[in-house]
Amino acid sequence: MTLFGYRLPRMASLVFWVLIWEIIGRFELVLLFPPFTEVIGAMGEVLTSSSFASAAAITAWTYVAGLGLAIVVGVIMGLLMGLVPALDRLLNMWVNIFVSAPLSALVPVIMILFGMGAPTVVVTVFMFAVWIIALDTRAGVLHISRSLIEMSHSFGASPLKRLEIVLLAALPEILAGIRLGVIRGVKGVVIGQLLVSIIGVGALFSLYSQNFLMAHFWALVLLLFAFALTLADLVARLEHRIEYYAGARH
Amino acid sequence: MTMALDDKAGDRSSDAPDGAGGAAPIVEVRGVAKHYDALVALDGIDLDFEAGRLTSLLGPSGCGKTTLLKIVAGLLEPTAGEVRVKGRPVSGPGPERAFVFQDFALLPWASVLRNAAFGLEVRGMPKAEREAIARRYVAEVGLSGFEEKYPHELSGGMRQRVGLARALAVDADVLLMDEPFSAVDEQTRRQFQEDLIRLREVENKTFLFVTHSIEEAVYLSDRIVLLSPRPGRVSRVIDLDIPRTGDPEAIRRDPVYLDMVDEIWRGLKHYVE
Repeated sequence: MTLFGYRLPRMASLVFWVLIWEIIGRFELVLLFPPFTEVIGAMGEVLTSSSFASAAAITAWTYVAGLGLAIVVGVIMGLLMGLVPALDRLLNMWVNIFVSAPLSALVPVIMILFGMGAPTVVVTVFMFAVWIIALDTRAGVLHISRSLIEMSHSFGASPLKRLEIVLLAALPEILAGIRLGVIRGVKGVVIGQLLVSIIGVGALFSLYSQNFLMAHFWALVLLLFAFALTLADLVARLEHRIEYYAGARH
Repeated sequence: MTMALDDKAGDRSSDAPDGAGGAAPIVEVRGVAKHYDALVALDGIDLDFEAGRLTSLLGPSGCGKTTLLKIVAGLLEPTAGEVRVKGRPVSGPGPERAFVFQDFALLPWASVLRNAAFGLEVRGMPKAEREAIARRYVAEVGLSGFEEKYPHELSGGMRQRVGLARALAVDADVLLMDEPFSAVDEQTRRQFQEDLIRLREVENKTFLFVTHSIEEAVYLSDRIVLLSPRPGRVSRVIDLDIPRTGDPEAIRRDPVYLDMVDEIWRGLKHYVE
């Protein structure tokens, strides 16, 4: 974009919205929005508080556990669906329902099953992330050219080696699924903790909103956004490298 | 230049005729049929493929020529009949056969060298040893200097050269080629055909070559098996004896070559809508 002959950097639009936010905050137009500068100030406080450190720790490990489980289960499920037509018929409908269903509604049920603690959050992350990983893995497996499978068979590759080739050939789609799973998992970890609301960032959110510390509240939101986008960007970079190697398939 | 024509129409029960060469059959196809539910893709195929010769399976699309090749490769099971390679019945792929795929079927994440060494890799050959062999065949198909490139950095013709190097590297007796030059452009295809003729002078292998190109079949083959569609049957076996030692371009201008192409075309014409 150019303005008065000057090329504006991509971040310029962000500056524009931050200014709007600052103005709304300064003039106290909307009660919930303190000025952006105040939010940034609060961010330092949030980051250095001990409750944030423990919240970050519990968020991190529940997230990693749930996502790890989702990747393992999702990839295996997707592989099976792509390779075994009977299993595909059995599972496909359910995976498609879950991938677009409002899973937040299930969290209370998960809470009843797994209690008011970390296991519920792990399961929530898992439920948010696993379906898209399974679906994309399945798509990747179905997308593999038949001759590649025939090739590995005809040169005498063992079943294990053939599975390795299937996995590598489907890797671009699997990684696309994992990238979406990473983003959905962040939703899962936040929603899970919010509904459990006595652990992790959920407890922090409750604390800040109940005491009307809106600057702290928004600082935490911004931190979570940055966390999710950074993760997605990391997977996207990995994906880009894999796409490069997979560039020749058809 | 001589030609022996051998009309096989309606004569499917007997063994394939011993052509001009008289070599022992290395691949024997006996009563092979392939049905897909109601569709009969192949019916009553009896053929012998002699060691050291190049036999083309030629016919219009839907005549089951690729199906027959994949049955010989052990990639498809025949509904009836059996295939023997070096006297042993085929029950799956084996090390004495190597396949060259129409769409190359290269591993996109592996370098040229690793792709060429793939057949040796799955056999568990140590890395240094298999890469030395692969390097030799990569050079033989004219890809020296491209060993570390990846398939997407190569043209279609070069990719098929990698596919050929991979098939040669496993040192199989029988090379099964499924329309190997159909996915490359015309100039590359001609170059390929000439290279294949030269390759046959150094590599003593049996070739089964599927093509839909009459010119290609006549240009390359010692024998052409014409298949007719729906159901796929052997309609005719033609033995060719074209000397291919001289100028490869000269063959394309040879009147016998041109007459043969024309004759086969007239025979196939009525299958084309």
